[in-house]
Amino acid sequence: MYIYDEYDNSILRQRVAQFRDQTERFLAGSLPPEQFLPLRLQNGLYVQRLAPMLRINVPYGMLNSTQIRKLAHIARHYDKGYVHVSTRQNIQFNWPDLTEVPDILSELADVGMHGTQSSGNCIRNTTSDQFAGVAEDEIVDPRPYCEIIRQWSSFHPEFAFLPRKFKIAVTGSEKDRAAVQVHDIGLQIILKDSGEIGFKVYVGGGLGRTPVIGSVIREFLPEEDLLPYLEAILRVYNLSGRRDNKYKARIKILVRALTPEVFAQKVEAEWENTKDGYSKLTRAEIERAKSFFTEPAYETIDNAAAQAAVDAQAAESVAFSKWLQRNVRGHRVPGYAAVTLSLKPTGVAPGDITDSQLEIIANLADEFSFGEARTTHEQNIVLADVKKSDLFTLWQKSKAAGFATPNIGTITDIICCPGGDFCSLANAKSIPIAEAIQRQFDDLDYVYDLGDIDLNISGCMNACGHHHVGHIGILGVDKAGKEFYQVQLGGSASNDASLGDVLGPSFGAEVMPDVIQKLVNVYVENRTAEELFIDTYRRIGATPFKERVYAKAN
Amino acid sequence: MPKLIKDGAIIENTWELIAKPEGDAAEVAVPAGHVIVPLSVWIAQKAQLQTRNDVGVWLDSDEFAEDIGEEANRFPVIGVNFPGFMDGRAFSTARLLRERYGFTGEVRAVGNFIRDQLCYLRRCGVNAFAFANPEADLEVALKSLADFSEYYQASVDQPLPLFRRRA
Repeated sequence: MYIYDEYDNSILRQRVAQFRDQTERFLAGSLPPEQFLPLRLQNGLYVQRLAPMLRINVPYGMLNSTQIRKLAHIARHYDKGYVHVSTRQNIQFNWPDLTEVPDILSELADVGMHGTQSSGNCIRNTTSDQFAGVAEDEIVDPRPYCEIIRQWSSFHPEFAFLPRKFKIAVTGSEKDRAAVQVHDIGLQIILKDSGEIGFKVYVGGGLGRTPVIGSVIREFLPEEDLLPYLEAILRVYNLSGRRDNKYKARIKILVRALTPEVFAQKVEAEWENTKDGYSKLTRAEIERAKSFFTEPAYETIDNAAAQAAVDAQAAESVAFSKWLQRNVRGHRVPGYAAVTLSLKPTGVAPGDITDSQLEIIANLADEFSFGEARTTHEQNIVLADVKKSDLFTLWQKSKAAGFATPNIGTITDIICCPGGDFCSLANAKSIPIAEAIQRQFDDLDYVYDLGDIDLNISGCMNACGHHHVGHIGILGVDKAGKEFYQVQLGGSASNDASLGDVLGPSFGAEVMPDVIQKLVNVYVENRTAEELFIDTYRRIGATPFKERVYAKAN
Repeated sequence: MPKLIKDGAIIENTWELIAKPEGDAAEVAVPAGHVIVPLSVWIAQKAQLQTRNDVGVWLDSDEFAEDIGEEANRFPVIGVNFPGFMDGRAFSTARLLRERYGFTGEVRAVGNFIRDQLCYLRRCGVNAFAFANPEADLEVALKSLADFSEYYQASVDQPLPLFRRRA
């Protein structure tokens, strides 16, 4: 993974010093709250319902075991002993004390971590595929480009006060696992037959109050042109994005108002002025970035023999075989596998991890995966480089630590925002809804039979739980002070990105498990042998689902 | 006389900023001496004002560098206004004045920017800071200019991005 050099460290140290000064001025009353607000947000610090919330960047999801141990230490010493993995692959602390935040950031800087631009109207953490570098379907490893973007976007002087927040995602695989079409900028890496690498550029996607699927504004952007082109997009947005209404300030509104074609023309015109300037990437810089993401010291392994041994272990243990089936996936290197540690056991808020569990993850990473782990946008943790011969031992150890729930990709692997239990923006709770649905679907064989289903829950229309792109999406709404839940069907964040359709009137919390059960029953009754939930929904439409859920009892 | 920060020092502000007119920009009386006029006044009275060398212009946040464009270097000073400090358009405007239109005179931040933005503003080409708030402490504000000494991206004061300078 990328290792900070003296430049990165010096910039980060100066940032911590700057924020310490700002915090002290705020506490002393010389920095007014309205001025401190965007400054603290740009260091990851929110003021939430019960306490501040500190969001720490995990660039493109990569963590080493030293960093994970530091997160555990901070959770234990400055917080209440747990953290939350967010859908932007970030780590959130829920109970820090404002006066201690500069110390926390200083401790994080010791291990090359920070909360820089994890909130606020600026360029946020760049996200990517949690299987980057190991996926069998990968065309080009996206991480070097993510790191180049991280550096370019960090402390960018021109774009620290944008009309609204700004999110970039990069994918380099056939299957998009980074949801690039629902980002302000989505970059899909293209490898031409000639060997030339570049990007298909999506712009103006996003969820929230006005969900939009991004538009392609450039089919192929050569890799050297990445930064000047991004800068052109951001400049057009900074100068022309709406600032009169925060709900109309995202780039998606500008792109729609202008049309994607006109927006693209403006970007191209802006880029024309800068494309051959100093920000154009050099071959040396691209190679330097790539040099940090080279292969770890893989052993040469006879894959057939390793797989045969795993198969034999699986034949002995139904539980192990279930875990293999759902939580383990292929790896481009023979004899290796990528393992997802589930943070979704029933009864735990999706994405929450305790301090001691973090330390166990660090130990597992050291023992089984070259000391690295990744956060995922589905709020799980990945150990990407596990020898197949270690899988059984890893399974036993992760089971003991509570990470082996074999539910990855299933209806109980729910993406869920913190909701009304923690978030001051939320209209409704989301964690208890997730738990009630997990309890409804407690028969694993039945859950497996249902196949892959993305079920996403947001506690408000800001859509942190990505409900618009869930095959089943649930949105908490407030009606006259009471919490209700609206159901959407047919969303997808993958290559076939789509936004869910609202099924109809919302439901009370108590009936939600039953509602989801009925939707699933309609799927089971109508599916063909090969169809996933989303396929059946797309084929038969919403009507059969509506009829079942809203049928009058007779 | 009020003071401002220019080129890293606190100096007397010798320029008078003319407010945006509510009525006809052609009717605004532009006094003698160093004045920074709104863009609309410049456009309306260009015939008379262009003979003077003590007239600057200021751009509001919804006015663009290209509205001045190649004419930029006729002015000794161009102001970029912050109606509120969260309005970040002036960062781009300043950069464009410097990098696209080659403006070498004074780029002056005016209005409601805050001390904590000084370092970024300087990197975007702003070299003078006239706080609207008369109580702004310029001595402490000066310190913020040095918040960072190294940067990743290209900027006006360091056109080479770090990746071209890394050993």
